[in-house]
Amino acid sequence: MGVNTQENPVYLDYQATTPTDPRVVEAMMPYFTQKFGNPHSRNHAYGWDAEEAVEDARKQVADLIGANPKEIIFTSGATESNNLAIKGVAQFYKGKRNHIITCVTEHKCVLDTCRHLEQDGFEVTYLPVKENGLIDLEELKAAMTDNTVLVSIMGVNNEIGVIQPLKEIGALCRENKTFFHTDCAQAVGKIPLDVEEMNIDLMSISGHKIYGPMGIGALFVRRRPRVRLVAQINGGGQERGMRSGTLAPALCVGLGTACEIAKNEMAEENERMRELQMHMWNRFKEELPEVYLNGDLEQRVSTNLNVSFAFVEGEGLMMGIKDLAVSSGSACTSASLEPSYVLRALGVEEELAHTSLRLGIGRFTTKEEVDYATDRIIKEVQRLREMSPLFEMAQQGIDLKSIQWAEH
Amino acid sequence: MSYSDKVVDHYENPRNVGSMDNDSGEVGTGLVGAPACGDVMRLQIKVGENGIIEDAKFKTFGCGSAIASSSLVTEWVKGKTLDEASNIKNTDIAEELALPPVKIHCSVLAEDAIKAAISDYKTKHGAAGDSEAS
Repeated sequence: MGVNTQENPVYLDYQATTPTDPRVVEAMMPYFTQKFGNPHSRNHAYGWDAEEAVEDARKQVADLIGANPKEIIFTSGATESNNLAIKGVAQFYKGKRNHIITCVTEHKCVLDTCRHLEQDGFEVTYLPVKENGLIDLEELKAAMTDNTVLVSIMGVNNEIGVIQPLKEIGALCRENKTFFHTDCAQAVGKIPLDVEEMNIDLMSISGHKIYGPMGIGALFVRRRPRVRLVAQINGGGQERGMRSGTLAPALCVGLGTACEIAKNEMAEENERMRELQMHMWNRFKEELPEVYLNGDLEQRVSTNLNVSFAFVEGEGLMMGIKDLAVSSGSACTSASLEPSYVLRALGVEEELAHTSLRLGIGRFTTKEEVDYATDRIIKEVQRLREMSPLFEMAQQGIDLKSIQWAEH
Repeated sequence: MSYSDKVVDHYENPRNVGSMDNDSGEVGTGLVGAPACGDVMRLQIKVGENGIIEDAKFKTFGCGSAIASSSLVTEWVKGKTLDEASNIKNTDIAEELALPPVKIHCSVLAEDAIKAAISDYKTKHGAAGDSEAS
């Protein structure tokens, strides 16, 4: 481990993005230079080579989720995949069914797409989540009607890392003849996924969340029973007419290679990261009072901790740990002063939501880095608590809720 | 977000962190902001018989700019009369610390804290004067 400075901080923001695995970069390189062909050129070897590479990559993606390669559509990333899945299905079946169910803790690109469809006359149900961040299956069941065309529930939440019960959701959808879309940007390569076993009809995949390159993603679109959708990008009819535009073979190869590595190494990697995750969480619990884990501990990926350090504001804390690259649930950095909508949806009170840090562990995180980061966070929380009027009042036994705060 | 050198200095070396006895007649306490908004400042002033602020202490829950704003005003109010202190403007604080627009509310809160502390002192002082008179 090198020296950790503000210019070269310890990277603990693996939910934002992951570094591209060197093996992925190596596999991609020839497709920028020697094998630069257009995969849609049918008349020469440059085109054939590129096409072969793209089809191999398609198979690697399919293999990771138990799909057929013909069911994989390459896109620019999970945001595009989510747009294509939700808008595409809604628009195709409009008139027959026009109700969509999603969840309040979904990624902004799912929520914003649903809002857009509401303006087009679709009805959308936003399911709440329980305190642990998971949806209530009974509420999902109750929300489904003959009019429900699509359920869109993410596999793993980007802020709190909780794993939704995909198999159970899939079974309910199949029973109701409703399509099941899942945004698995944070789930692919982190948890075992099988589109058959889970009855998933559409799945969004991101390259850069799984040690692949940025700028590429995929959408799984089931063929049997067939899911039909309206293309959102029109053109040459590539990707079975669902997504026109020349594919980028280098990026496809990168995504494919990242999926293959994930398939081979996921189990072992998870075990190592789970240890780091628990080590970090246990140290926080043992060495600091009043720390709270946001989201379920058991139903959670090994790569995420989201912790509220009561009485210490998240952005203030981040300023003290500039040698760590982390993210905060406090939104004071943005123009809005609202804390994370995901934490609020869990019922985390605003004052605690303001004190949260998201800590992401990944393939290249070492034990030394975890211990260094944990030491730094504990030390800074202690320093800032000494400076916090709320910590002093809590220690004196004053109920902070009994005070009439002037909200500004 | 990049912070100005002055914000960083106050954040890393905050001046006058601490507490004073709230029950003392010499002390005025201002507690402003709300935990739900991510900012709470507590400013305490100790006022001498000559009406001059002899000492000031703060504790703040908030971002670096909020901590810096409150640290700065503890320095500024010391040696001032109550009237002089109540003339400190949020724009002066924001300018001194080079706060970006999104952080102006921190300086507003610091100004509010000064006014609240002075008001608390005056309330106490007035009440104490009444009881002595009766």
